[in-house]
Order: sequence, then structure tokens, then C-alpha cells
Amino acid sequence: MENHVKKHPGYSTYIFVWLALLAFTSITVTVAGIDLGNYTMLVALGIAAIKSVLVINIFMHIKYEEKIFKVFLLLSLFTLLSIFILTLFDIIYR
Amino acid sequence: MSSNQEGTAVHVHRDDLGAKIGMWLFLFTEVLLFGGMFLVYAFYRIQHADHFRVAAMELDTGIGTLNTIILLTSSLTVALAIAAIQKGNRFFSVLMINLTLIFAVMFMVNKYFEWSAKISHGIYPGSNVMLELPNGQILFFGLYYVMTGLHALHVVIGVVILGVMLIQLMKKKITQDNHVKLENAGLYWHLVDLIWIFLFPLFYLIQ
Repeated sequence: MENHVKKHPGYSTYIFVWLALLAFTSITVTVAGIDLGNYTMLVALGIAAIKSVLVINIFMHIKYEEKIFKVFLLLSLFTLLSIFILTLFDIIYR
Repeated sequence: MSSNQEGTAVHVHRDDLGAKIGMWLFLFTEVLLFGGMFLVYAFYRIQHADHFRVAAMELDTGIGTLNTIILLTSSLTVALAIAAIQKGNRFFSVLMINLTLIFAVMFMVNKYFEWSAKISHGIYPGSNVMLELPNGQILFFGLYYVMTGLHALHVVIGVVILGVMLIQLMKKKITQDNHVKLENAGLYWHLVDLIWIFLFPLFYLIQ
């Protein structure tokens, strides 16, 4: 049986990632109480993006997978982002 | 899946890499499904920023935060379950899947209390209270019910999938050398967690 998957991390890595996710959650809840004007949503989405990177890379093992998974992921992210940016332009310049 | 036909040697055909690619492709269709809803949300939030802010005050940040912590922890337990079976520790893997299921039920119980509180205040699609509200607030609550509802449906489906995995783990159909099913079930569960990571600030943390 061929094994082309790189070694997955041990228990401790997952626990550290979980602690980081909890820390980011408390940051996002705390920051939500502060009025940052137009940046409030950007900060919230930024923190959500950091949490996603942690979940996708470590919990979902993307960091340890073959290159093809990363290509797929970037392609779908790019598609989603294009749809959002194009729609935002439509809203702003309508 | 081996079929023991007479005379043929038992050849177990397996393609773990293919199975995982298939799972990821499915997850991308899920991302587009929710992505479309996030797009509608973005569109209306820009148009009705003030109404969204007022409507969001109705949501319970505490219960939202609690559910975030529960889901993040359930993601950890799934990841640990996979790590455990990779090390050949079936007992710990079974324990972690059981914990995940408990967290999932806790999430749904919170959701039940959250929704029933809203409904008892008359806030549900088509109610008289809702129809009195300005357009932006109606849109906010509509999106709230559809998006967290679809997410909750995914939690329920995740529970069923993880339940099947639990049985297979205990029946030793998922083993140290053959655990791609559990990994794919885990991927599904992490996606449910990922979607919540975005739902939480967009609905519960608007000030």
C-alpha cells in the first residue's frame, strides 16, 4: 500500500490550534464591543479568515496533503472571491 | 469493500487519495451554496446597514459565543479521533467521536432555546411582528433563519454521518490502515465549523 500522505501532526498540535481558535474567538467578541466605524466588519472578517486558515491547514490537513488539494482550494477561493468582488463593484457603482 | 466471489482472489480496490479529492470537490459545492447566501447577506447589509445593526441587537451574543466554543471544540475532538485511529488507538478514537456527538447535541439544544426565544417574541418569517418591521430588519431575520437553519441542518447531517462512523469504528470496519471514511466525515464536520466561524461575527457581533 503506497502512502503518499505526509505525516499528520500529533495530539499536541491540534490542542494548540484549538487554543489559538479559542483565543481568536475571545478577541473577536471583545473587539466587537469597540466601535471601529467602517473597520468593524473588516476586523471581524479578518479574524474569521485567520481562524479558517488554521482549521483548513491543520484540522483539515491541507498543509500535509498533496499539491493538487492546494490547487483545488486556491481555485475555489479565487472563484468565490471573484464573485464577491464583482458583485461589490455592482453595488458600489450602481 | 471486498467481494468474496468464488475462485477470484480477494482484491481490495481502494483509492484513498481519490476518495479525499472527491470529498473536497463536494465541499467546494457546499462552499458555493453558502457562498451565494453570504453574497445575498453582503448585498443587503450594505443597503440596510442601520436596520441590520438594530435587528442584530435582538440576537443573544452569549449563546452565539457558547455555540462557537462548542463547535470549535467538537472540531478538535474529530481531529483527535482521526489522529488516534492513525496511531491505532481505537478506544480513544471512539471516545472522541462520542464527545463530538455530545457537543453537536449541545449545539442543537442551544439553537433550540435560541430559536424558541425568538419565536416566542413573535420573530419568525411571516409573523405579524415581523411584518411591522422595516424592510432591512425583515431581511436580516430572514437571512438569519435561512443561513443558521441551513447550517443547523448540516449539523444534523454531520451527526448522522459521525454516528455511522462510530458504528463502523466499533465494528472494526475503520482501522489504522483504512480510515479514509473517518477522515472524510471529519472534513465534513470541519466545514460545518468553518461556516459557523463566518456566521458568528456576521450575525451575532454587529454593534
